[in-house]
Amino acid sequence: MSRSRTVRILAPILFGLAVLALWQGLVVALHILPFVLPGPIAIGTQFGLRAPFVLTSALVTAGNALAGLLIGTVLAAVFAALTASVRVLDELSAPLVTAASVIPIVSLAPALYTMFGADVQTARVLIAALAAFIPVYFNTLRGLRTVQPIHRDLMRSYAASRWQATRAVTVPGALPYFFTGVRVASSLAVISSLIAEDFGGPINGLGTSITSAVSSSNYPLAWAFVLGAIITGLVFYCVTVGLETAATWHRASA
Amino acid sequence: MSESSAELAVSVAEVGKVFPARKGGGVSALEAVSVDIAAGEFVSLIGPSGCGKSTLMRLVADLDSPSSGTITVFGKSARQARRDQDYGIAFQQAGLLPWRTVRENIELPLQLHGVGKAARRARASELIELVGLGDFGDRHPDQLSGGMQQRVAIARSLAESPRLLLMDEPFGALDEMTRERMQTELARLRAETGAAVVFVTHSIPEAVYLSDRVVVMSPRPGRIVQVLDMKLGGAEDRTDALREDAHFFERVSAVREALHGDPASAARARGAETR
Repeated sequence: MSRSRTVRILAPILFGLAVLALWQGLVVALHILPFVLPGPIAIGTQFGLRAPFVLTSALVTAGNALAGLLIGTVLAAVFAALTASVRVLDELSAPLVTAASVIPIVSLAPALYTMFGADVQTARVLIAALAAFIPVYFNTLRGLRTVQPIHRDLMRSYAASRWQATRAVTVPGALPYFFTGVRVASSLAVISSLIAEDFGGPINGLGTSITSAVSSSNYPLAWAFVLGAIITGLVFYCVTVGLETAATWHRASA
Repeated sequence: MSESSAELAVSVAEVGKVFPARKGGGVSALEAVSVDIAAGEFVSLIGPSGCGKSTLMRLVADLDSPSSGTITVFGKSARQARRDQDYGIAFQQAGLLPWRTVRENIELPLQLHGVGKAARRARASELIELVGLGDFGDRHPDQLSGGMQQRVAIARSLAESPRLLLMDEPFGALDEMTRERMQTELARLRAETGAAVVFVTHSIPEAVYLSDRVVVMSPRPGRIVQVLDMKLGGAEDRTDALREDAHFFERVSAVREALHGDPASAARARGAETR
């Protein structure tokens, strides 16, 4: 068992290293120019040399994404709870939310910069919040509506009040759905806050840094920022997957 | 259980249930069903799928309302009996809350009805012992076998010491060996609690082994074909030895004949039941 586990962990690492070696080999052997594709060694070197800079940029983007994720998640949870409990609200809002879910939210960035000013992060946080809202809202709403018939019967047989049934069955049952929504939202929040930087706003953050490194022809540095973005996204993903796993603990059978 | 027959646990009088169908009209699930269940009596409802046995149990539990006729539980309306928590209920699925431990699942009805923490704990411990799950109180349902989950569900149905237990094929999803063991345990639990039981099943030996009376039903529309007295002794006589008893086999045959609609006996029974 421990052997298969070692293999399971080692195999992808070895494969990844092999891909990197092949990449480096091709870049050297075919004399590929840095503006086309720098080699992993050049990117790694830049990443190491400019680590504090990459980190500051990543923290700006991650901060916007996190603030947006939190705001979007809280609003989505509250709104989903209201929608699930007030029928009229559901009928009123369903078309609107569905329409909102197909809007490419990042395209709002230029307008939002004009509204809130280009020297503050507000527009970026808002975009991340809007992007995060949609999946959390839809998943939570679905969770709140997925009460097993047998649990509904039980609550009725106990003559439980609506509030008691909500607390005992509906909300705990919806939690895994909610955290699945948060997991999806976390990636969207990072992507949207990063892309939003390309439309203006303060000159910091990973998106801005990638653009400025490219325009000053420092391609390995641009890729180092890309690496920073990948790591930021992974951190968000891993944390929210952890939350989701914790929320679905012991949920295998009903 | 003739000594307690003065009080009725359940009285079903001329009950019909029509479920609305898509193209007007409706599907008649039950028609003119009448049966009385005495306090402390164990009555099984048996019949093929669609005979309305589960529907009948749900009506007694006030999970659905009858289209016609009346149901009284301990002399009250079914609704009032549900509000007063006069019955405990168990279904084919255990229906445990997966995020709660065994103990917390058993405490659920007590918690909802405002029983204090200490009293809840004490009662749950008692019930965990009663259903033989001593070491599993702090486990979660996904760590238990199907049979163990069903024991938790039964413990939960007993939490408030109800005088009436409603059970809808509680052992239907279990393998035969687990099933027989659970039946023996249920017979013991019932002897210890003295509760009346309405037990829905489609297993003939199960019905005969557990019941004082077996209500045989037929489908489309659901109605009572025959009510058979088991006369197999009190709850304390429902031991494993009973399964080998000649009288047990004779009763199994009687229920089987009633189920398979030997027309002469069915007609006789219907005549007898409408008294």
